Amino acid sequence: MGERPNLAATEIAAAVRAGERRAADVVDEHLAVIRERDGEIHAFLTLMDEHARSAAEGIDRRVAAGEDPGPLAGVPVALKDNLCTRGVPTTCSSRILEHWRPPYDATVVSRLVAAGAVPIGKTNLDEFAMGSSTENSAFGPTRNPHDTGRVPGGSSGGSAAAVAAGFAPLGLGSDTGGSIRQPAGLCGVVGVKPTYGMVSRYGLVAFASSLDQIGPLAPTVADAAALLEVIAGHDPLDSTSIPGPAPALRASLDQGVDGLRVGVITELLGEGIAPDVRARVEAAADALAAAGAKVEEASVPAVGFGLSAYYLIAPAEASSNLARYDGVRYGLRVEAPTTGAMNVATRTAGFGPEVKRRIMMGSFVLSSGYYDAYYGKAQKVRTLIIRDFAAAYETFDLLVCPTTPTTAFPLGAKVSDPLAMYLSDVCTIPSNLSGDPAISVPFGRGDDGLPVGVQVLAPALGEAPMFRAAAVLEHAMAGAAGEGPSR
Amino acid sequence: MTATQGTATERTGAGSTTEWETVVGLEVHCELATATKLFCGCRNAFGDEPNTNVCPVCLGLPGSLPVLNRQAVELAMRLGEALGCTVRPSLFHRKNYFYPDMPKDYQISQYDQPINVDGFLELPDGSRVGIERAHLEEDTGKSTHVGGGGRIHEADHSLVDYNRSGVPLVEIVSRPDVRSGEQARAYVNELRAVLLATGASDARMEEGSMRVDANVSVRPAGSATLGTRCEVKNLNSTRSLGRAIEYEARRQIDLLTAGERVVQQTRHWDEADGRTHVLRSKEEAFDYRYFPEPDLVPLVPDDAWRESVRQSLPVLPAERRRRLATATGAVPGEVAVVVERGLDELVLAALDAGGEAQRLLVHAEHDLAGEPADALDPAALAALTRMEVAGQLTATQAKAVLAELVASGGDPAEIARAKGFEAMGDDALAAAVDEIIAANPDAWGRYQGGDAKVTGFFVGQVMKATRGRADGKAVTRLLRERAGA
Amino acid sequence: MGAMGGRISRDDVAYVAGLARLELSEDELELFTGQLAAVLDHAADVEALDTEGVVPTAHPLPLVNVLRDDVVRPGLDRDEILGAAPAVEEQRFRVPPVLGELP
Repeated sequence: MGERPNLAATEIAAAVRAGERRAADVVDEHLAVIRERDGEIHAFLTLMDEHARSAAEGIDRRVAAGEDPGPLAGVPVALKDNLCTRGVPTTCSSRILEHWRPPYDATVVSRLVAAGAVPIGKTNLDEFAMGSSTENSAFGPTRNPHDTGRVPGGSSGGSAAAVAAGFAPLGLGSDTGGSIRQPAGLCGVVGVKPTYGMVSRYGLVAFASSLDQIGPLAPTVADAAALLEVIAGHDPLDSTSIPGPAPALRASLDQGVDGLRVGVITELLGEGIAPDVRARVEAAADALAAAGAKVEEASVPAVGFGLSAYYLIAPAEASSNLARYDGVRYGLRVEAPTTGAMNVATRTAGFGPEVKRRIMMGSFVLSSGYYDAYYGKAQKVRTLIIRDFAAAYETFDLLVCPTTPTTAFPLGAKVSDPLAMYLSDVCTIPSNLSGDPAISVPFGRGDDGLPVGVQVLAPALGEAPMFRAAAVLEHAMAGAAGEGPSR
Repeated sequence: MTATQGTATERTGAGSTTEWETVVGLEVHCELATATKLFCGCRNAFGDEPNTNVCPVCLGLPGSLPVLNRQAVELAMRLGEALGCTVRPSLFHRKNYFYPDMPKDYQISQYDQPINVDGFLELPDGSRVGIERAHLEEDTGKSTHVGGGGRIHEADHSLVDYNRSGVPLVEIVSRPDVRSGEQARAYVNELRAVLLATGASDARMEEGSMRVDANVSVRPAGSATLGTRCEVKNLNSTRSLGRAIEYEARRQIDLLTAGERVVQQTRHWDEADGRTHVLRSKEEAFDYRYFPEPDLVPLVPDDAWRESVRQSLPVLPAERRRRLATATGAVPGEVAVVVERGLDELVLAALDAGGEAQRLLVHAEHDLAGEPADALDPAALAALTRMEVAGQLTATQAKAVLAELVASGGDPAEIARAKGFEAMGDDALAAAVDEIIAANPDAWGRYQGGDAKVTGFFVGQVMKATRGRADGKAVTRLLRERAGA
Repeated sequence: MGAMGGRISRDDVAYVAGLARLELSEDELELFTGQLAAVLDHAADVEALDTEGVVPTAHPLPLVNVLRDDVVRPGLDRDEILGAAPAVEEQRFRVPPVLGELP
């Protein structure tokens, strides 16, 4: 892994706001690192170098004029390429949107810019965020900066790898079944799936609307908190946006976990979880106990059914969300004699196999005669998962479990076995079904020397204590390693 | 009975006779009269330049999300309350199918939990048609088929304008309570009146802001089970609606009478040849894969909102008919036209001012059609009708005075005087009649011989001689007296 | 498999591909049928859960009545959106002839 040449995001912003560093220099330094190493990693699909430079210069002018450009002044941010950026290609790693330039910015992008952050490029993902390794990209896979023979996880693998490789101090991803936390875990960075509705989805190209949530990827818990504070908060353009302002997270970040009740989810420590991963989760539980938390085993029986429910619900929504790629209004068109044939030709040429698989799965479970048995049943299982979490949160303030069953797997290992690939989301999916927040924090390494992530889960809107626990874990690791946090 | 009254008699091969009953359910789509679309802030306007009222949401761009228009909900609730529906918590679903004028390739619509259920519409003849539901959904864009004379199957290509995409619609689904084309027309006219009264829609069939499909079946009269139905589309006026239903019922009766069966189909009304043609059979029905729209949250109108909607409703046409009928001593069906023209308030006010009910209804129905009668002073109108009943003005004179009242206002007595409409004394009129009789002995002979056709000649001659001041009825009476009848 | 209704068949996959406007080769049909069956077999474990009387969750949020005011907002520039379209004629989106009638 290359040296990160830069400070943490909050430190960069402080230096830029104080006029001690020029935002343009910060951008140039990061672009230099990207040019040096992204040929190998392939985190970015589109570099916004000119946009970024001119935005940085604007920030420097504002600082020079005595203005405050905002809490993320001059901080480069890597954007997953399913977030709409006005005039900048937004491909979702799909041939079907290869040349599409949105005529509008996603709400999170507008908020980043308003906070002084500098979008530096669009990152690779599994096509339409469907996957767990970033190998399902029409434009080639991203590699794990810790071991380029391994996957970075997915679907936000490009943003996770970009942050891990020091290409950008901050990244945005989207998480439908673990697509932020899983790559964060595998790349050794912090990844957050906020409470459903905390961050506006307006301008996030939809995969599964009732599960999708945008969230931060960052090298440190504090940086993730700073980024979430900027992008969270009510948006009238998203009907599923929670009313109210963004939560204040950094203010309470160092308040510790003394007295908090923490449950370790037993159902997610058993079969299928690698021993070295389990060991790191147990070590995390010990670290929280050492910091004063009351740690016990917790049972959330229905989480074991999360994967099944997810692979019925998410494809169903996806099959509908992806119908619009029909060759009529934007994106790819493959000509044919009739509109129906043109739709078929376009979609057949434009979508990769995993997207097709999920569209068909989703169409099947919604089709006449099957709805109740599959989609309806899955929605009821979703209710049970929510109930079981709610019951657990009567006893516990927070829950802990692995982020992924194993460390990063080799490229190509699971591409021909979709079910095996899906199983790598078993620990992250339940939080998407329940809508509750979860954070993945790097917590040491596995037997193979690769990063292991530990998840802290909280009830809806429980981001503040969740971040505090994450900060405790980060601090414990820093103490153990005798160096800065998760560098 | 005739077919237009809902039944038809057929002689079957066995020599027995079957009476058939036509059963119709109507599905009416209406564009709501909002300023903006159902899920975005684009203008809801008809006839603008193509693709000028569009945004990421109504173009279905990736990443866009719908946000529900409060006014569309309010208008749907107004309609629901006006139709006596239960206004209830509702959900939006996605109806999935591919069509180029539907930008997301699904339509956001209400499915098994619509906002309005279980109402009815009272028609002028007093009959009631049940309303199963009246739900909210979004409209599609508009396709123009180029080449092949604009016919979809022969077109060379099609062009799509998304200005209409996302315009709010209510779909009003009636129960199968309609029994004839005539009643279907009355239903649509009455529904239109309610839509206009509530401000929910401008309900113009010609502009497509109100679109009607009819589910038609027939069954032996007295049967309690419904026959196999066909859905008839492309009904662009109430006239085609009536014709199409009569045609379709006839077609089905002929099939059944010939011992064949009716196949459930969607059929297309062709105005030119006056027939329905099959579009597709039930076997080709679409698999819409409905599921709850995850980008929207449930709509749960609370009691306060429903109450405020109820309070804001105007008096509806059926109630206005009842009110006017009661006040004038007519039956509701007789005052339907007056209410339809919106002249009932004027008539009621004139009644209050001492007007004569029958004359007021006659003027409202015949003399004020299309007149801007808003400015008409009810007291003046009342006075006019009193003058008529008192014999001070003939019907013709009253009409002239009324026209003057509408145009410039004023006092009817003064207007009558200015026009020289002094009521003729009986003596003067008698003298005029005698003069005409004397001048036309041949005609008078025929009159006395019982030829009623010359009555009109004598009335006309008297009118001419008195320059219209004579009362036609009085002339007829005088002629009869003189003929000794 | 109880309520899950048996394994997904090749015909099911072909039917669904039609619904989704995708064309599959014979090989793809074979492959996808096996892969979807494997995932559905795994998903059949939810059969074991008693969901009698359980209300389905379509959405994790307890929000209701999210509404906007009926106020016109500026839309998109026509040239920009038409510029992104594969084919345009007379300021409209041009498509090949549409066979099959409106649903």
